[in-house]
Amino acid sequence: MKRFLPVFSLVFGALWIAASFVPSKSPSGAVDVVTFGKIPVLVGGRVKPMDTVARNSLLIVQGRERVSRPDVSKPFVSSPTEWLLDVFFQPEKANSYPTFMIDNDELLALLGKSEDDVRINYTSSSKRVLAVFGFLPSRHRRFSFNEIAPFLQKIDSEGEQAEKLESVQRSAYQTAVFNLRNALILYQRLKNSLRPEGANDFSKELAAYKVAIPGAAEAARQREKGENFDKTKLEGITAFAERYDTLANMAYMLTLPAGDGAQWKPIGTSLIEALTTGEIHPIVDAYAALGDAYHNGDVTTFNERAAFLRDWFAKEQATSVKRASYEFFFNHADPFTHSMYLYVLALLLACFSWLAWNRTLNRTAFYLLLLSLAVHTFGLVSRMYLQERPPVTNLYSSAIFIGWGAVIVALILERIFRDGIGAVCAGAIGFITLIIAHHLAGSGDTLEMLQAVLDTNIWLATHVVVITTGYAAMFLAGMLAMIYIIRGLFTRSLKKQTADSLSRMTYGVVCFATLFSFVGTVLGGIWADQSWGRFWGWDPKENGAVLIVLWCAIILHARWGGFIRQRGLMIMAIFGNIVTSFSWFGVNMLGVGLHSYGFMQKAFPWLCAFIASQLALMAMAAAPLERWRSFQSASDKPRSKGRPDPKLVPANLAVESSD
Amino acid sequence: MRKLIDLITSLKLTIACLAAAMVLIFAGTLAQVNLGIWEAQHRYFQSLFVWWPAQGSGFRIPIFPGGHLIGAVLLVNLIAAHVKRFRWSISKLGIHLTHAGLIIMLAGGLFTDLFAIESHMRLSNGDTKNFSEDPRRMELAVIDLSNPEYDQVTAIPEAVLRRGGTIEHNSLPFRIAVRHYYQNSRLEMAKDAGGTRLPIANKGPGAQVVVNPEPRSTGVNDRDVVSAAVEILAPEGSLGTWLVSDALGAPQTFSTGGKTWQLTMRPARYYKPYSVTLQKFTHEKYPGTEIPKNFSSKVTLIDEERSVNRHALIYMNHPLRYRGDTFYQAGFERDDRTTILQVVRNPSFLAPYVACIVVAAGLLVQFGYHLVGFARRRRPEPA
Repeated sequence: MKRFLPVFSLVFGALWIAASFVPSKSPSGAVDVVTFGKIPVLVGGRVKPMDTVARNSLLIVQGRERVSRPDVSKPFVSSPTEWLLDVFFQPEKANSYPTFMIDNDELLALLGKSEDDVRINYTSSSKRVLAVFGFLPSRHRRFSFNEIAPFLQKIDSEGEQAEKLESVQRSAYQTAVFNLRNALILYQRLKNSLRPEGANDFSKELAAYKVAIPGAAEAARQREKGENFDKTKLEGITAFAERYDTLANMAYMLTLPAGDGAQWKPIGTSLIEALTTGEIHPIVDAYAALGDAYHNGDVTTFNERAAFLRDWFAKEQATSVKRASYEFFFNHADPFTHSMYLYVLALLLACFSWLAWNRTLNRTAFYLLLLSLAVHTFGLVSRMYLQERPPVTNLYSSAIFIGWGAVIVALILERIFRDGIGAVCAGAIGFITLIIAHHLAGSGDTLEMLQAVLDTNIWLATHVVVITTGYAAMFLAGMLAMIYIIRGLFTRSLKKQTADSLSRMTYGVVCFATLFSFVGTVLGGIWADQSWGRFWGWDPKENGAVLIVLWCAIILHARWGGFIRQRGLMIMAIFGNIVTSFSWFGVNMLGVGLHSYGFMQKAFPWLCAFIASQLALMAMAAAPLERWRSFQSASDKPRSKGRPDPKLVPANLAVESSD
Repeated sequence: MRKLIDLITSLKLTIACLAAAMVLIFAGTLAQVNLGIWEAQHRYFQSLFVWWPAQGSGFRIPIFPGGHLIGAVLLVNLIAAHVKRFRWSISKLGIHLTHAGLIIMLAGGLFTDLFAIESHMRLSNGDTKNFSEDPRRMELAVIDLSNPEYDQVTAIPEAVLRRGGTIEHNSLPFRIAVRHYYQNSRLEMAKDAGGTRLPIANKGPGAQVVVNPEPRSTGVNDRDVVSAAVEILAPEGSLGTWLVSDALGAPQTFSTGGKTWQLTMRPARYYKPYSVTLQKFTHEKYPGTEIPKNFSSKVTLIDEERSVNRHALIYMNHPLRYRGDTFYQAGFERDDRTTILQVVRNPSFLAPYVACIVVAAGLLVQFGYHLVGFARRRRPEPA
């Protein structure tokens, strides 16, 4: 039985992944959400499926994709796309969903919510107990549009005040009200994307509009010539024009492709243009009929119109459809979440392998890691295909890439040493970086278009990739050092052989990090020289990069000079974690410089906590050697080979490995 | 002597320098939040010492070595150590290459700091210019308009004005006395100031204006508004005091000795032996967004000395290099009708390119050598 565990685990893991890769289909007889979710639209400068718009919008307004309440067992909608459909065509329903995240007490007070209002009263006693221990939320954090609606004016004026300030200067309350205002604007724009909010028989309205156009055109011509004209016809059309002009300005997305270029426009614009051309874009009617059908619960018509739109786009916009469908598939396969679970599972197995069932668990962990890496790679490559870019284009993708790079190097180490250390590193770093990426995705579209200066694949592919590989190596070295210190201090499992191989691994990875960090930094300088006219500008991100290079150089020279041995190397490698995290995140938090592509206030406490934990580890590692449990046995042994004081110099530390 | 040689070639000194550099860079980066990039760079990196207090003429103490000092010591340490310990062997090749590259890089960086000149050229569609302007330094231009063929310009740098006193020059038939000087200031109409301050000039528009001193600006894009009051001392006596300031628009004129002169405070100029004409500036955005996709400036370059007359397109990541100057697309103004080109003259711009290749080769050789050794040692052990 034990023998087959690795293979079984691999097969089960693979089946679990495969299940999520099966193309999704809406059940027959139900609203065809899947077909609708694949329809391409243009938002933020790129073509994406409705499904992505739904997911990103939910992330922006409420920080997650699920629409639910902690005290209601079932979610309100089955998928983000269904929520989007409700927003479009049944806004009165969507208005009652709790989709606006508000955490700030001051802002809650502004909305008239007291502590009692936000407390969750679970009906079942087991849930109540769980809530006390923090396993279930004890207060509401998300509120519906209906709850907020009476305070819109107040939020608008307060948010406008906050908008005038730089993000660094805003107080917590101002940030909260600013974000809420933006979320509300986005929500209102979504509601007015495909038809004016409340136009529940839009098809009929459009038919009336079409009829009115020729008459109004005739009247306008007559007025030009100074003849008698029908005034009511002109006034009627003016009302339409104003309504559609607002629609064109409010629309969050561009829905109508024109020609084969990137010339997309919103529905409102096409309707306004019809005044002069007399023609309305062919799919406006389809969208109108689809919306009316959804509003009335007419599943057959909805599905038929959705299929019509699918076929129309497939014929007219073949490339957009291909990419949008792939993105839909990518969203549903959700590779990064899946590989996150696999990483953490493998991490636990590899840790247990140090306690029992050494060989079996180790191999199981290794197989699961390979599977996880494959899924991770699939996600990374998919993003590259969708964006047509090298892997790293923003902070989010840097987290994905750092994890990926570190996992590969760690797995190579595991392959060479086969002692579970590489597996633990791979699991831990893969899991943590994907968690970080998950939290970075909260700002919306992670495949966003690139600012002009970044619009160069050659530098993104060289400088950015090389430097993030350097980060990955630094974190891996730090992780190896953490294993050395934790195992050495708290367990007796750090044998001399393990300690030596950990030391060699750490040293090798630091060398690797030096090479990549240095080359990456200099390549960055060359890019800067090409685009800004100076090789080096002391920009915070540049400084962060050079700090890593300097730290690597110090580690290597200190070792070559014999100033540090195993323990010193490990302590310094852990400090490398601090330097790297400062360079990766810290400098972005300063909010200055040409590289600050996003200020992240929320991440600041986490960064501080991480740095504090690393400093604590370094301090513990500096503890006298007799406190290291793994070395106690060494010092308990009788004096050997006439060493002056084995208590101070345990045998396994005194040996300086020669590489 | 021996001790000194031991010290400057020691590995400990190297590590001390690297550690000091880390502290300095960390502090200098944090300081940018309050000081702005330029000022922080000046105080921390382009100096021999970091002083406390940072400004003021009184008693100051150096609290930390500055970028130039650390760089110079590191350079000396590096060169000295290699001169002393250099031994030719294949196992040391990587190390020698790496450090040779670093020497090139450090020396190049120091050289760039000392000799590179960065300036801006602002061009609206159709404009032609044969000079670029310094974004940081001002000059007082005194222009002799008497010759119809050309204008004779005498430029007095900001640093000379700051020193104060009386300025004389062969090309000027009068002396200029600096009465007041403000590194940063805000101008205000005297009638709005409420009589609390009085104008410091008595001629030209400056006679109706009061100058409020301001602390130096710290933002990346903020500039100091330099103002000064200068008295023109002609042989026949004082002609009056003029206010010259970056914030005053048009040049002011006065006459003496039968000639008309212009007086203007303006960004310091670097004249070029060629001219650049902006044909068209283009600013592309991604459809449906305000995210910039590309900026580009189509220019014509005319150099009569070398009979050059050609078009060039300057856009993001694609600069134009000509006669030692490099033009970059840096920005735009006025609803996309004006382009701002960054003009850099850096005689050592090749150093980092060469250094990068040499160091990367060195590191590859070194670590590759280790890796081969490492793999060899692993093999005999049972897996």
